[in-house]
Amino acid sequence: MIGGLFIYNHKGEVLISRVYRDDIGRNAVDAFRVNVIHARQQVRSPVTNIARTSFFHVKRSNIWLAAVTKQNVNAAMVFEFLYKMCDVMTAYFGKISEENIKNNFVLIYELLDEILDFGYPQNSETGALKTFITQQGIKGQHQTKEEQSQITSQVTGQIGWRREGIKYRRNELFLDVLESVNLLMSPQGQVLSAHVSGRVVMKSYLSGMPECKFGMNDKIVIDKQGKGGTTDEPGKSGKQSIAIDDCTFHQCVRLSKFDSERSISFIPPDGEYELMRYRTTKDIILPFRVIPLVREVGRTKLEVKVVIKSNFKPSLLAQKIEVRIPTPLNTSGVQVICMKGKAKYKASENAIVWKIKRMAGMKESQISAEIELLPTNDKKKWARPPISMNFEVPFAPSGLKVRYLKVFESKLNYSDHDVIKWVRYIGRSGIYETRC
Amino acid sequence: MTDSKYFTTTKKGEIFELKAELNSDKKEKKKEAVKKVIASMTVGKDVSALFPDVVNCMQTDNLELKKLVYLYLMNYAKSQPDMAIMAVNTFVKDCEDLNPLIRALAVRTMGCIRVDKITEYLCEPLRKCLKDEDPYVRKTAAVCVAKLHDINAQLVEDQGFLDTLKDLISDSNPMVVANAVAALSEIAESHPNSNLLDLNPQTINKLLTALNECTEWGQIFILDCLASYLPRDDRESQSICERVTPRLSHANSAVVLSAVKVLMKFMEMLPKDLDYYGTLLKKLAPPLVTLLSAEPELQYVALRNINLIVQKRPEILKHEMKVFFVKYNDPIYVKLEKLDIMIRLASQANIAQVLAELKEYATEVDVDFVRKAVRAIGRCAIKVEQSAERCVSTLLDLIQTKVNYVVQEAIVVIKDIFRKYPNKYESVIATLCENLDSLDEPEARAAMIWIVGEYAERIDNADELLESFLEGFHDESTQVQLQLLTAIVKLFLKKPTETQELVQQVLSLATQDSDNPDLRDRGYIYWRLLSTDPVAAKEVVLAEKPLISEETDLIEPTLLEELICHIGTLASVYHKPPSAFVEGSRGVQHKRLPPRAGSGESTESPDVGQSGPSEAPPAVIPSQGDLLGDLLNLDLAPPTATVPSVQPSMQMGAMDLLGGGLDSLLGGDIGGSPSMGAGLGAAPAAMPASLGGAPAVGGGLGDLFDLGGGVGMPTGSYVAPKTVWLLAMKAKGLEISGTFARRGGIIQMDLSLTNKAMSVMTDFAIQFNRNSFGLAPAGPLQVLTPLSPNQTIDVSLPLSTSGPVMKMEPLNNLQVAVKNNIDVFYFSCQYPLSLLFVEDGKMDRQVFLATWKDIPNDNEAQFQIKDIHLNSDVASNKLQGSNIFTIAKRTVEGQDMLYQSVKLTNGIWVLAEMRIQTGNPNYTLSIKCRAPEVCPFVYQCYELVLKN
Repeated sequence: MIGGLFIYNHKGEVLISRVYRDDIGRNAVDAFRVNVIHARQQVRSPVTNIARTSFFHVKRSNIWLAAVTKQNVNAAMVFEFLYKMCDVMTAYFGKISEENIKNNFVLIYELLDEILDFGYPQNSETGALKTFITQQGIKGQHQTKEEQSQITSQVTGQIGWRREGIKYRRNELFLDVLESVNLLMSPQGQVLSAHVSGRVVMKSYLSGMPECKFGMNDKIVIDKQGKGGTTDEPGKSGKQSIAIDDCTFHQCVRLSKFDSERSISFIPPDGEYELMRYRTTKDIILPFRVIPLVREVGRTKLEVKVVIKSNFKPSLLAQKIEVRIPTPLNTSGVQVICMKGKAKYKASENAIVWKIKRMAGMKESQISAEIELLPTNDKKKWARPPISMNFEVPFAPSGLKVRYLKVFESKLNYSDHDVIKWVRYIGRSGIYETRC
Repeated sequence: MTDSKYFTTTKKGEIFELKAELNSDKKEKKKEAVKKVIASMTVGKDVSALFPDVVNCMQTDNLELKKLVYLYLMNYAKSQPDMAIMAVNTFVKDCEDLNPLIRALAVRTMGCIRVDKITEYLCEPLRKCLKDEDPYVRKTAAVCVAKLHDINAQLVEDQGFLDTLKDLISDSNPMVVANAVAALSEIAESHPNSNLLDLNPQTINKLLTALNECTEWGQIFILDCLASYLPRDDRESQSICERVTPRLSHANSAVVLSAVKVLMKFMEMLPKDLDYYGTLLKKLAPPLVTLLSAEPELQYVALRNINLIVQKRPEILKHEMKVFFVKYNDPIYVKLEKLDIMIRLASQANIAQVLAELKEYATEVDVDFVRKAVRAIGRCAIKVEQSAERCVSTLLDLIQTKVNYVVQEAIVVIKDIFRKYPNKYESVIATLCENLDSLDEPEARAAMIWIVGEYAERIDNADELLESFLEGFHDESTQVQLQLLTAIVKLFLKKPTETQELVQQVLSLATQDSDNPDLRDRGYIYWRLLSTDPVAAKEVVLAEKPLISEETDLIEPTLLEELICHIGTLASVYHKPPSAFVEGSRGVQHKRLPPRAGSGESTESPDVGQSGPSEAPPAVIPSQGDLLGDLLNLDLAPPTATVPSVQPSMQMGAMDLLGGGLDSLLGGDIGGSPSMGAGLGAAPAAMPASLGGAPAVGGGLGDLFDLGGGVGMPTGSYVAPKTVWLLAMKAKGLEISGTFARRGGIIQMDLSLTNKAMSVMTDFAIQFNRNSFGLAPAGPLQVLTPLSPNQTIDVSLPLSTSGPVMKMEPLNNLQVAVKNNIDVFYFSCQYPLSLLFVEDGKMDRQVFLATWKDIPNDNEAQFQIKDIHLNSDVASNKLQGSNIFTIAKRTVEGQDMLYQSVKLTNGIWVLAEMRIQTGNPNYTLSIKCRAPEVCPFVYQCYELVLKN
């Protein structure tokens, strides 16, 4: 298991050092500084073995976190723990910086004592931790016996991520479906590869211990219901359902239930968290189509024409559109004409950058450019990197739809109807490229 | 005010100030002071002097202050065990506190204090806490058992904690179960044969239930524990798999990987024709792909594991090639791993895509990555025959770029393509030859030389090409030298008429001028082959080569099986068994997959798959040693030196042999004249020494040492041969070997400084760290002339014993710093204690008797000196040479008793009694001294002196 945990600043000075196992000595602190932080080269592996001691390290801005061990530990767990440690620290005092760490070192030691015992990660959900470790010192002196046992049962309990007794005057929840759509297209418009990776982020402000059930247009569920004849909109469901390649869930979701019934049920943490991640590859709505036309006029001139077409409902607006058209290294001058937005040749980036603030669906726009080239004797042909695009659209390119999010809280007097629910879809470009 | 201020106090007298503050009456001030202490502790300052003051703050009802004091205690209790006892009462009291958080805190902290006396007091509170009504206390106590076991395993067993821990597996609280499982698994690891975990269907069922309810970390503990279970049959195996598969959708990658481990292992037991088997295979792919969207460090862990999974079950990911395509902003370690997996997944179906990608990668910036990409193209050619042609032309394109490392890498892989597809692509040899000059790396040079030698008959100027390499033969690396030797011999066998001179030259270079045993041996073998039977030589040297395999870098099957059992762990990241990087008993146990289903073995007793150490085949791959060397090359331990030995007699023999041999070669008299036969006869006798037979080598070294010893032995005292203290590779080319001697009452350090670097070294200086007997240089290091490359200088440095004293571990350890114009280097060595035996160490008889009686018997140490065939007089004379004086001799019943005395430079007297029985080569030595820690070192000196 984890033998020790060190936090360093960028100079390699130790800010936090907590040793859990006898086999980790003080020299381990220095070994890491000398061999990794001061090595001044790119990190070639996130796990470094120095003198039979393994160091797992991650870097957050200027801060290094290193977990140390001499045993055959679960490596994936150590990294997950380090990320979690970062999350916990961020939840307590914001950005992870040298100043914040020094300002909160007592708190960090307390946390490290609580969430790692003899190197074994314990409950690390901030919701639970904040019930008894606070920045104003530890609670506990003035608690009643009931409060204490409530804390301990929550920390060790099945719902370690949520404390009891949360009360809101207004029960409200926000669902964000955030997708990033990735595309590689041939110059002829053939899709070489496309996938969407999506996240459902939930912000919950609900009283008590609400039982939630989340439903989306998952093909497997819809088909099952279709067979049973219980679907609300017969005939329509088949079209509107989507095939999900794979998904993972926050630990609050009952996985065995998902496995058997494919229903997503859970008691949510309080506040913001990521409910699920998913990936789809079939029937993706590609919000934009890029049609490139590159013509070489002699050896010193290139003519480029790029048309972009928006491919979604006319009532919707895409934002922050940016098209990057790469130019050869020996470009000497560029003239650009575009119908919409602004276009500029950026010599330092070897690209023409075309920006459009907004664009409605089912529209098209065009840019044409003349690129003057310096004659070179370089035999190597220009590799023609792909044209890439950035954008943001107010729908989910995978076609995912939230069908419902039901909230049940039997002990308190509010029902599903009293909860105010907000759903938002945001589709962003991931790596969205068209070869030319 | 923020806490960062605690880090900024650096003024002198801080400790005293802190002490005052710690004893202050004001609570706030106390707390501030403890915070300062912790801050100093963090940055590595020694604040152990404040121990009593900090412990005094422990009796407080302020929980924050208490936690800080506990933190301090955990750090320093070991260095102040007696003081730590002061804390025990508070701990015991806290374990009874009404607040469960405080009870848990006390038992948690107590377990971290590794002081025997405290551990004794821990047992009772721990027993109570294990049965506490509060689950938080129980889960903490469960881990505490593992802590205690680490300190005192016997105590844990005697107190029956293991049984209590086992009971906790049935606890109602899932976190208690998870921690109990973690603790038991850890304890079981250090008792490989105990049936501690005692997994049976009932406990497994409990674990699977807890799995659904506990924290993500707890799920990992449980899954890792499940993986060590062996189901009775395929039905049980399937039912466990069914209950584990939901974990594949967990957001925590470690949970996913541990679940994959369980599935991969239990799948072995499922019959392949089972529907469920296919379903399971299909279910495994998506989560593995999803792991690649995690943070880069986790991606790396996932990729290293996928690499294993792909080798074990290629069918799982065969359609997922695209997800392993490298992204522009992936960190380099992710890129390299993805590339590896791409090659493994390459097949006829996807080769076009893969090649297009690889070509793209070959133009990237990172040199390692580009090299690997080029190499990958070659591997694709070997793996997918249909693509070979395209690969070769891609490689030729890359060679045209003239980028040095790309060309070299391409040549290395083309060599393999030649071997795989003989007589197909040799037309490109001309292009390769054009790039001869740009090759500066051993591997590429060796590959090119191989090509020239192998296709000598097609290359018109092969002899010229090889001759050009031969010019700088001695500067080449071994790899190139060996290859060059072979290539020239091949050339000779193919074109004997024109190349006689060349082959003679290379044979003499290899056998006569080289001190590399491998090279010499290969030289001799070729030479003898050529001289005895050229036809046979042709058959041997130009034999048809075995086809090279399609897959490269495959992990050896038994190791692969073991690594599959370690999915998710460090072993799977390093691709090494745990025993290769874990010290002690932990992890030495080899894990194995369960027996394959369907072969009828699955119904056999489950022991078949149990990891009995005796039964497990040694999972050692040939290159493991190297890998381990790689892994540990930063080890801080002092290097064990090996001296390259050149035995003079051996060299003579070699010269002789060669003379005869070459004659016969030249004369073409292959039958062998009698004189030559004699020469040959000598060969076997001389060969073993260099072939590395253990005894012969020992002898060789001994010879060498004798030579060394002979140089510096003007007085009677024994001087050990020089050993290498500082390796050239660790000291930028400076090699230091040396020994110690005492000559005429003066202690000397004899050093040989060798410059193995390319540039001249000057400005030498030496300094010692404080040591047990205050050894210090009595003058500067006299290296007057600059040390030019390959030169060795012998220096004698007189030492005094008036330097600063500090006790070292071991006692005779000496840490030395040597400086030159390049850098400062550090090494440590050990000196024989006889160095410190002074000349006036002969004690008066009466005094001896009185002193002997006076020294308590506890201080007496007994040793055996074995295998000495000297009589008492010779022995006593020998010892006297090293200032061990015999005061009296007594003979009782055929036993000689020698009473001896030694005085050390710092005035310590050592008295000894040596018993010698006639006919018994083993002497008994009793040593008495007021400072008993020197006894073993005195004994060492005895042994050294008597045996030499």
